[in-house]
Order: sequence, then structure tokens, then C-alpha cells
Amino acid sequence: MINLTINDQKISVPAGTTVLEAARKLNINIPTLCNHTDLCVAGNCRVCVVEQKGARTLIAACAMPVSEGMDIHTNTLKVRNARKHIVELLLSEHRSDCTKCYKNQKCELQALANEFAFGDTIFLDLVEDHPYTIDRSSPSFIKDDSKCIRCQRCVRTCAELQYISAIAVANKGAHQKISSFHDRPMSHVVCTNCGQCVNRCPTGALVEKTYIDHVWDAIYDPDKYVIVQTAPAVRVALGEDLGYDPGERVTGKMVNALKQLGFDSVLDTDFSADLTIMEEGTELLTRLKKALVDGDKDVQFPMFTSCSPGWIKFIEHKYPEFLPNLSTCKSPQQMFGALAKTFYARKKNIDPSKIVSVSVMPCTAKKFEADRPEMRSSGFKDIDFVLTTRELAIMIKQAGLDFRNLEPVPYDSIMGESTGAAVIFGATGGVMEAALRTAYEIVTGREVPFSNLNITPVRGMDGVKEASIKIEGCTNDWKFLEGAELKVAIAHGLVNANKIMRDVKAGKSPYHFVEIMACPGGCIGGGGQPIPTSMEIRKNRMKAIYAEDEHMVLRKSHENPDVIAIYKEFLEKPNSHKSHELLHTHYVKRESY
Amino acid sequence: MEKKGLNKVGLIFEKIDAREALTKAFNMSNDEIIQQILDSGLKGRGGAGFPTGLKWKYTAAEKGPEKYIVCNADEGEPGTFKDREILDRVAYKVHGGMAIAGKTIGAREGIVYLRGEYRFLLPKLLMELEEFHKMIHEIGYDFKISYRLGSGAYICGEESALFESIQGERGEPRNKPPYPTTSGVFHKPTSINNVETLVTVMMIVMHGSESYKQLGTKDSRGSKVFSISGDTPMPGIFELELGMTVQEFVNEFGDGDTKAVQVGGASGFCVPRKKFTDTIIGFEGVPTGGSMKLFNSSRSMYNVLHNYLDFFAEESCGQCTPCRVGCQQLLKGVEKVKKGEVKSTYLNELIKLADTMKIASKCGLGQSVGNAFRTIVENFREEIIY
Repeated sequence: MINLTINDQKISVPAGTTVLEAARKLNINIPTLCNHTDLCVAGNCRVCVVEQKGARTLIAACAMPVSEGMDIHTNTLKVRNARKHIVELLLSEHRSDCTKCYKNQKCELQALANEFAFGDTIFLDLVEDHPYTIDRSSPSFIKDDSKCIRCQRCVRTCAELQYISAIAVANKGAHQKISSFHDRPMSHVVCTNCGQCVNRCPTGALVEKTYIDHVWDAIYDPDKYVIVQTAPAVRVALGEDLGYDPGERVTGKMVNALKQLGFDSVLDTDFSADLTIMEEGTELLTRLKKALVDGDKDVQFPMFTSCSPGWIKFIEHKYPEFLPNLSTCKSPQQMFGALAKTFYARKKNIDPSKIVSVSVMPCTAKKFEADRPEMRSSGFKDIDFVLTTRELAIMIKQAGLDFRNLEPVPYDSIMGESTGAAVIFGATGGVMEAALRTAYEIVTGREVPFSNLNITPVRGMDGVKEASIKIEGCTNDWKFLEGAELKVAIAHGLVNANKIMRDVKAGKSPYHFVEIMACPGGCIGGGGQPIPTSMEIRKNRMKAIYAEDEHMVLRKSHENPDVIAIYKEFLEKPNSHKSHELLHTHYVKRESY
Repeated sequence: MEKKGLNKVGLIFEKIDAREALTKAFNMSNDEIIQQILDSGLKGRGGAGFPTGLKWKYTAAEKGPEKYIVCNADEGEPGTFKDREILDRVAYKVHGGMAIAGKTIGAREGIVYLRGEYRFLLPKLLMELEEFHKMIHEIGYDFKISYRLGSGAYICGEESALFESIQGERGEPRNKPPYPTTSGVFHKPTSINNVETLVTVMMIVMHGSESYKQLGTKDSRGSKVFSISGDTPMPGIFELELGMTVQEFVNEFGDGDTKAVQVGGASGFCVPRKKFTDTIIGFEGVPTGGSMKLFNSSRSMYNVLHNYLDFFAEESCGQCTPCRVGCQQLLKGVEKVKKGEVKSTYLNELIKLADTMKIASKCGLGQSVGNAFRTIVENFREEIIY
């Protein structure tokens, strides 16, 4: 243990602890900007400078490891003056149109300015000196360099968590900026639109592209019938933007709010998540049969899940030779979209050209996914607008709803029915667990051999998780699987996906089925979720997801009555011709440079 | 040049038998070598002046089989050109100094990071290197040197940015600690030394620390190669004993009308005429990596300052706030003062900013921008304003 004093308070901490961490243990607040608990230390904004007795210069608390006998002061005149200067300097190269900024009151620079830089500005405005660009090319997010403070959180996120490096530092000195490959528009580089950079940007330099006004226009258009679906991970995070602690489930209140906003029908992506399990589970079993019984050499393993549009774009760019390994199933959002303007329209007797299909997603990549040319199976754009969790919170505030006092109400019918299996799609490992609950039962006629259906080995925050399940006592149709050991893996965060892909490429992967989610923690940590994010926050959301599952009466996808009904009335059976037409898709090879 | 005055020294460019010096070094224990360098009082010749013996002692004490000796030949300080001359004339002594360092700290590999603009020297240096490898092999010692070319950024002369650059990363300074002696290039213990330092080591081993200590002062032992430029009838490279005053220097190299000397390049200090007599060139006064620039009364110190600030606004790596934005503010600030668009008292705010940059920047670049700024603005305020 290392002994030091901070503001004359003694503390003992393990070696390797930073001064910042030690100060936090003493509840001494040192302001930070470039620091983020999910990322490596940068030490470049210098907002956290403190005074160390005997040192020639101030030290950056976030980057300085403690040492024996250190005497730190965090609030001396020298520190205050330097900190004020630093915040003023940042403001001088930041376009401060705060009142109109999307991040107004949610901006970390603004909060610091409020503490350190009120009154007359000291320095000259530098914004006018720089040829800033605002890149609106991505359907998912906007990159506004005039608001960038070069903290490089986005750069570290993209490299460390996502293994993409779509954005990196270019140029030096006054010309330094966060740029893309050859300064191309974000829509034309290797970017998965995952939005993890948006989640970590302290200012308004990276924000989602918002479709709030489009949705309001549709709602107020008397000719339109506006359907909304909400993804599983939204209900455990929306509360954070409306004054609740992380991990509060607000499902029923959210449904009520959506109705009050004026949506004609409030439905659940959980329905199509269950449908995904039926389609994807059947696809897996069919692939196994083709490989094991028919000896079809073209069938490759592992089969990968295809729910996460960030992951899809990742593999399209980086490992296109493995596109045949991807499940052909559309994501739950897009399955829902294809059915909304076909099956739902017919059942409800609505002209599909009048339907506006909106989805609320924890995700920015879903905005890109909805725009893909493949996603028009209904003859229309299957999903018209995608809102993030954050955007929904804004709409609720705009409408002046007293969210806390809203009565919880159930989803509308049809396509509003849900199971626990669908809910857990929102957390890493959830799709795998849901698939195993159903596939094992199809093959053996029995429930998965885990207490209370909880397949715990696939849960948790480890970057790569593995499990195997021995298949015994098969029914007659599936005898060829008797005694087989189904090996599965789960990865979340594309840096972990890449680990799996490296093994697959090297021919070292033993798995049959692999679930991959682009974002850390899965959809609960998605790029459209409330800001800030941290491991602790994501863990709380995850707990809420599994609590929601436990509280469900139905916890297996094949028991969802709406799912049973749609096969009976419309799709016939999983992987049927009709299913393929509406619920399955194909992928494209993209450049990698 | 033969007139009486400063003590010209011929140590760095002296021809020696490298094999003899190296054999002598290899017959000494590592502790003996370190002690000899410590005794000599040698401080790094790149400008920062860290005691070379200590640097080696720390690196030698690190465990682990993989260590490096890196020669910093990214000579980029405006007004410095002595390493170019040293490499051109006595590269064998640079290589020899690296071998001695390698033996002492336990490194089997040396890397020379050569300023990109010195590419023209490379064919000759590689030929010399081949000779060196042959010789060291014959002596029976296993040590290899390779050359890496810099890519043109001033910041890559900063040791940790230099390591990043060697590793193929963007040249940006690292957080310290850890220091290079524990985690340097490829994150292995590394001793990084300036070209001239390594040659000096070779000479100390050859002649002993006692004779070296005869030169210079208590805080600034030995001699140093100076790059002299500006308003002088004698521009060029001179090896001089340390400890002279600026006045003594100007007496010898000035043109009779010297109003200021910039000691240590853009990141150094401006000494005005009135302080010539009581300013010593060395670690007790104004330290320098070798750059000495003389200005006579025909020069506008505003232009001098503007030139330096323009340089820093361009050459800051841009990573940390005080340096990236601070340099731009200083530059734009003096421009506005000159044009009368802000009050002349704004210079006081800028001096405070320079002070913040000195204590809050991440690396030596940002920390030293204030040196020239403060000394020029304080001593030539009227030239900045009017």
C-alpha cells in the first residue's frame, strides 16, 4: 500500500492507483474531461491538474500514479488559475452556441465552464480561424468539428472498444483534428455507426442524427397511421434520462407515454425478437442437419447471429469472406418492419402506404440498418424512422408528460406480446440464451437443463464467454444430434468480436453458434442509450433486464401466442418461403482500408 | 578566430582510435563506467541537461533481458545544426558511444532516430555503421545499431514522442511516469541520449573523467558544441568551454551591434544587452542545447517572437490543451496587440497564460514556449506594442 495525503487528508491505496482515483476515495472532486472509466488514460485535456509538493510543474491527476509520501493539493491558487485558463482555452476553440446545441445542459464542457469560466472571457475566439466541417453524411450521427475539444475519447473508444479506428487524430498543432480516413465523409469510411463515440463525447461534437421532427410530423398527419415498436433494452434505460437511477424498469410507463405522444399503435420489438429465435434457431438446426446428415460441405460453422447492425457492418468490412456464416435472419427491428406493412396492415385493414413505422432503439446503427436497400421487403421502406432512447426521452419532455406519475399500461395487440426470452435480447448473451431455451426444447422435447431456465454461463460482462451444452435424449426427428456437444460463444464490443473472428479465420474456432453484439454489454450499452455510460451503469441495466425476464409468465420464444398465431395464419412455419421473403436478408461485401 | 578570448576545445571532433576506446570500455565494469560518467558531471547535451550517469544507472538497474539505447538525432530546435556536423564528421564516435551505453545498461540493440531532413547523410552513415558492426564483432561484443528516419515533426525530438514514432505510432508525448529508463521504446527500459552526449561519453572513457572535469564550472562541466547563427560575422559550429557569460560570447561572436542573444533556440531564453554581463551560458544561467542566435539592432523583436510563436502553433503535437490552444492564443494575441486591436495590457494576460503553459502542459514543448515569450515580451515590450 502507498501512503499519501490529499488536501491534508491521509489515505492508503494500492500501488498503481492514480491520484484521481485516490482523491475520489476521499470524496474530493477533481474535474476531468478526457478521462473516461471505459478508456485508457490520455492525460491530454489537463483539466485535472493538481499541485504536488516539490514538483516543478502541476501534475495531471488522472495520469499520475500515487507514490509514497506524496503531498497533493487540489484547490490551490495555482491550480485554480491553471484550471480556469484551461477551460477558457477550450472554450476559445469551441463553437459555443449552447442554447441551440443538442447537448445543451448535457455537455461536460458547459458544466465546467459554469464552474470556472463565467464572466468575461479572457481569450480570443479561435473558431473563426479554422475551416471546420460538419459531417452529416452518416444516417446515424453528426460529427461537428467546431464543437470538438480534442479530448480523443471518441478516438480511444473506436480503437480500444471497437477495433475500428474510423476516426483518428490528424495533423498537428493548430490544425490538429479528429478525422476519418483521408478526411472522407463518415458514410464512406469503415464505420459501423455503433455510436459508442457519441456515448462518450463530452460535448456536442458527436451526436445522433435526430428524426424527432419527422416523427412528430407523421403523428400530426391525419392521413398517417403511426406504429411504434420499442426494443428490449430501451425499457431498462429510458428512465435515466427522465430522472430515474440506472436500472429502473419503466416498461408500462413508457408504453403509456408513447400512447400519449399520439402513436396510433404501441407495439413491442420483443414480439419479433421471439420470431427471430424461431427463425434463427430453426436455421441453426437446419445447418447442423445439412452438415451432419447430408454431408453438405458448403455449410460453414460457426453460425453468427445477425441482430446487431453494427456487427453486420463490421463483418461486411473486415471479414467479408465469412458472410455465409451469418444467419440470414433480419434483426428483430427489421422483421417487425416487414410484418408491419404486410401482415399487420392486412389484419388491421390499414392501407400499408399510410403506415409510418417508427422504432425506438438503444442504437444508432439501427438508423443505418433501416436505410439499407435490402430492407424494403414490404414494398415500402419497412422502417421509416428510428429514434434512440435519448430521442424518446426528449419527445416525452417536449410533450410535457409527467412521466413519473403515468400509469403503467400494456402494449397494444397484435404484435405486442412478449416473453422473457425476447427481453434478454437486450443484454449480451441474451440471444444465445433465448435460442438455447427454444432449440434445446425443439430437439429434445425437454426444457434446457438449467435451474429456472437461467443459462448463467452465457451471462455477465466478460468480453468473450463460452459454453457448451450436451444434447441427450433427442426426439426422433433429431436423432442425428444425439450425444453431440453444442459449443457456443458470445462476444460483445467489437474488439472482442474481432478476437473471435481472428480465431475463426485461423481455423481455430471450435464453435457451432456465436452471438455477437457490437456494443459493450450488448444493447443495454448501445450507442443510443442515455449518457453517461460506465460499467456500473451497464451492470445495473443488465440486472434490470434479467429481473424483467424473471417476472414474465412466458419465458420461451416458442410460447409467445402472437408468434404461434402468425405462423398459423401467415408464415406457415419457420424458414418457410414466406419467412424467407419477409424475414431473411443478404449481406454485401464492403471495402476495408 | 585565433584572437584571444573563449577557450576553443577540440574534444568532440578529435580523431581517436575507436577500437582502443571501446576495448578500454569493455574491460571496465558497468559500475566503473557509470561512476566515471557521474564523476565527469556530464549532463545531457540535447538541452534538458539530465545527468547522463544517472540515466544510465537507472536503466542499468532495470531487470529484464530487453533494453534499448536510443540516440536522439532528431535535431530540430530552430538554430541548431551541430549534430548534423558531428554525424557527418565523427559518426564512428556516436556508434561507439552507443556501444558503451549498451554495454553499461545491458542493451544489445541501439536505434538512431535521425532527423528526416538529414536523409542525405544516411548512405555515408550506413557505410560507417557497417565498419562499426565489423569492428564490434571482432572485439567480440554483440551489439547492433539500426537507423530510423524521422518524419518531420519537431515534437518527435521529445523522447517519448520519439519512441512512439519509432514504433510507427503518431508522434505524441506520453504521460510520465513511467520514464524511459523503465518504459521507453517498445515499452522496454531505454536510455535515450543526444548525439553529442554519446560522443562525449566516448571521450570521457578515453581520457578519464578528471581531465574532463577540468573544463567548465561546477554546474556545467566540460565543453559543448554551439551552433552559432544570426547577426554574426562568424556563423558556424564551435566547441567552447562552458561557463562563459553572454557578454564574453558576444565579444567574440557579435557584430558590434548585438542587442539580444536567443540562447537555446525557440524553446530557450532571450538575453537582452543589459543582461549580457551577468548571465552565464550553462545550467547556472541559461542552458542551451547548442543554439545561439544573435540579433543586432536592425532586427524587430516582434518579428522574432512572431516567428517563434508561429513555429510552436504549427509544431505543437496538438494533444494537450495548454500547448495546442495556448500557442494559438499567444500568436493571435501578439498580432492583435501589434495591430492595436486589443490593449497593450493584454500582454500581461498572455504572460499569465505562458506561465500556465509552463506548469500545466504535458511535455517539455508546451512547458518551454513561455521561455522565449516571457523573456522577449518583458525585455522588448515596446517593440511588441509599437
